[in-house]
Amino acid sequence: MLQEESDLSLIIAQIVQKLKGSNLYAQLERQAWACLQRPEIKLESLKEDIKEFFKISGWEKKLQNAVYSELSVFPLPSHPAAPPEHLKEPLVYMRKAQGSWEKRILKSLNSMCTELSIPLARKRPVGEQKELLSKWNEMGTDEPDLSLFRPVYAPKDFLEVLINLRNPNYENGDSLSFRTHLGLIQVPLKVKDIPELKEFFVELGLTTGQLGIDDSTQVPPELFENEHVRIGQKVLAEQDGAAAQQYIRQGSPTALRADLWALILNISSQPEDILYYEQLKTNVIQHDLLVDSLIYKDVKLTASNDDYYFVFEDYLYQVLLCFSRDTSVLGHFAYNSASPPKSYIRGKLGLEEYAVFYPPNGVIPFHGFSMYVAPLCFLYHEPSKLYQIFREMYVRFFFRLHSISSHPSGIVSLCLLFETLLQTYLPQLFYHLREIGAQPLRISFKWMVRAFSGYLATDQLLLLWDRILGYNSLEILAVLAAAVFAFRAVNLMEVTSLAAAEAVLADLSTLKVMPLLQIFLFATVT
Amino acid sequence: MSRVSVPCHVKGTVALQVGDVRTSQGRPGVLVIDVTFPSVAPFELQEIMFKNYYTAFLSIRVRQHSSPHTPAKWVTCLRDYCLMPDPHSEEGAQEYVSLFKHQMLCDMARVLELRLILRQPSPLWVSFTVEELQIYQQGPKSPSMTFPKWLSHPVPCEQPPPLIEGLPDPSRVSSEVQQMWALTEMIRASHTSTRIGRFDVDGCYDLNLLSYT
Repeated sequence: MLQEESDLSLIIAQIVQKLKGSNLYAQLERQAWACLQRPEIKLESLKEDIKEFFKISGWEKKLQNAVYSELSVFPLPSHPAAPPEHLKEPLVYMRKAQGSWEKRILKSLNSMCTELSIPLARKRPVGEQKELLSKWNEMGTDEPDLSLFRPVYAPKDFLEVLINLRNPNYENGDSLSFRTHLGLIQVPLKVKDIPELKEFFVELGLTTGQLGIDDSTQVPPELFENEHVRIGQKVLAEQDGAAAQQYIRQGSPTALRADLWALILNISSQPEDILYYEQLKTNVIQHDLLVDSLIYKDVKLTASNDDYYFVFEDYLYQVLLCFSRDTSVLGHFAYNSASPPKSYIRGKLGLEEYAVFYPPNGVIPFHGFSMYVAPLCFLYHEPSKLYQIFREMYVRFFFRLHSISSHPSGIVSLCLLFETLLQTYLPQLFYHLREIGAQPLRISFKWMVRAFSGYLATDQLLLLWDRILGYNSLEILAVLAAAVFAFRAVNLMEVTSLAAAEAVLADLSTLKVMPLLQIFLFATVT
Repeated sequence: MSRVSVPCHVKGTVALQVGDVRTSQGRPGVLVIDVTFPSVAPFELQEIMFKNYYTAFLSIRVRQHSSPHTPAKWVTCLRDYCLMPDPHSEEGAQEYVSLFKHQMLCDMARVLELRLILRQPSPLWVSFTVEELQIYQQGPKSPSMTFPKWLSHPVPCEQPPPLIEGLPDPSRVSSEVQQMWALTEMIRASHTSTRIGRFDVDGCYDLNLLSYT
């Protein structure tokens, strides 16, 4: 009892500390000052009267949304004796593995820097700044020579690191025994099994209406769709973040999706936010970073070649270049097992006052990074709002897909969840693929790292990302990957090589996500 | 509440195993750690804190100082406390744990010795133990003071002078001013941890290569 109370007060203190620096705090203060003029505010009961005013005017709702948002993002407070590294990642061997992976990335970036004789960062001359400013909205027309640049790493390099991840205290043994994992991931993390997943994803059940299934043309809209849209409009009118998160588990109507996502992520476009984005734009124009060329290359290689996303090429530059200048992203490293790369101002090596992070947001993009932003371009057309939504999605979800951690939504757990589901419920298929040298994870890894962006049709992808937001977890990616294998199991049983298996699973653009998930979780005979 | 660390001596772990430790194949699943307090008198235990390392269940036995004539007996104060919900997986394997006085089965008023019994039934792990063990006792209570007589026995208040017409009631004004003062103190004491947003040092962002430390 004592422990729960002290835990609760610790959580409250942490959230208050976090919210104190936010826009909302300043706004609430301003409102409190302004409402002092009102006749119903009396000096003796100042505190209670102001609280009452906030309740009536809707500011309490905004505060509730902000607190709920913080609770979703922030991990539970840990033991007071636990050091900050423990909050990032409790398992020591995973921290070490993440550290050595980061070192490899830094070495790769440094060698690219020295080979090409390009500085990590350079201040742009005034002429170049003017030119970039004039071309800001059409950076895609620029064709710089990027042939010498190569991405720092690709998902398959990261997969090799995960395959070699070992717990030194885990008895692996040289010979195959009950201890060896049959898949590629060899660490014994706790993952959910299908009964637990059924309970977790209960709103995806067969008896609950879903967008993505019950809004198809054969189903009359009176049965589910009309009512669902009406409830969605009500949720938006109430501006309740927690209700929106619950509502979106059944999918979001296309017309309401942009507003619902903004409500769940607690993004409201204030003048300060637009100003902040403009400041980032100024930073991009003033300094040229090596990372910019990597971003250019990535966009040209991935999004520009995609049938759905090539139209958004300019938006992608505007978002990603500003993203790498944004120091507020550094805050998420408190709960991310990764750490931002560090450097020193030239000539001041070792002096802590001249230590800086590079890039300013601490995130080095890899091959396919721009695909996290591309689907959002369908929803948001105003660059500063698009930027805010992407940044919030990154610090809540996407960072887990490319750092080594034991978190249930981390990529390691997702891989293990995928392999365990496949092994348990499709043992013949798993055994067959393993025998022909086509470990299933080698095919599905790239889907999960990109959260299926670029592999599914856009409307299906957005329905999937609805559920990621609704359940505040990425586990659905692993379940979908297993469901795709289950769907194509008959064809896969006939292949005899990894290349043939890849060919069977090459095109996912015709798949309907929600029926696959529903059948796999709720309708498969186990 | 304040707490004070008690210097303790942790003896080496003893594995409990049937058969010969050297020749038998399996690894022990039970370890015993004795904790003695050589230089401290029997004390009241407040908190036990440690970092887990793959121990699944913990039991604690305590030997307390009783009256001088009866010999001290071992009593179980914590039985099969679960540290890892699933002994085969990593959940809870390297967590920091605190156990408090109110979680114990008996009262811990005059502790002489502790015995920690660690269990790890899963054969998957090479070794298991608890690390960074620390024992805490109740900190000293704030020293009792003797209050001067006028504070503990206030003089009954005399009749206040009659209010001058037109001025507000002084006690009401003082209570309102007190509230305002409390609010301003709170605002002054609060500080935020948000960053300013600058990534360069005085406008300069000319960097060396990335450092590996």
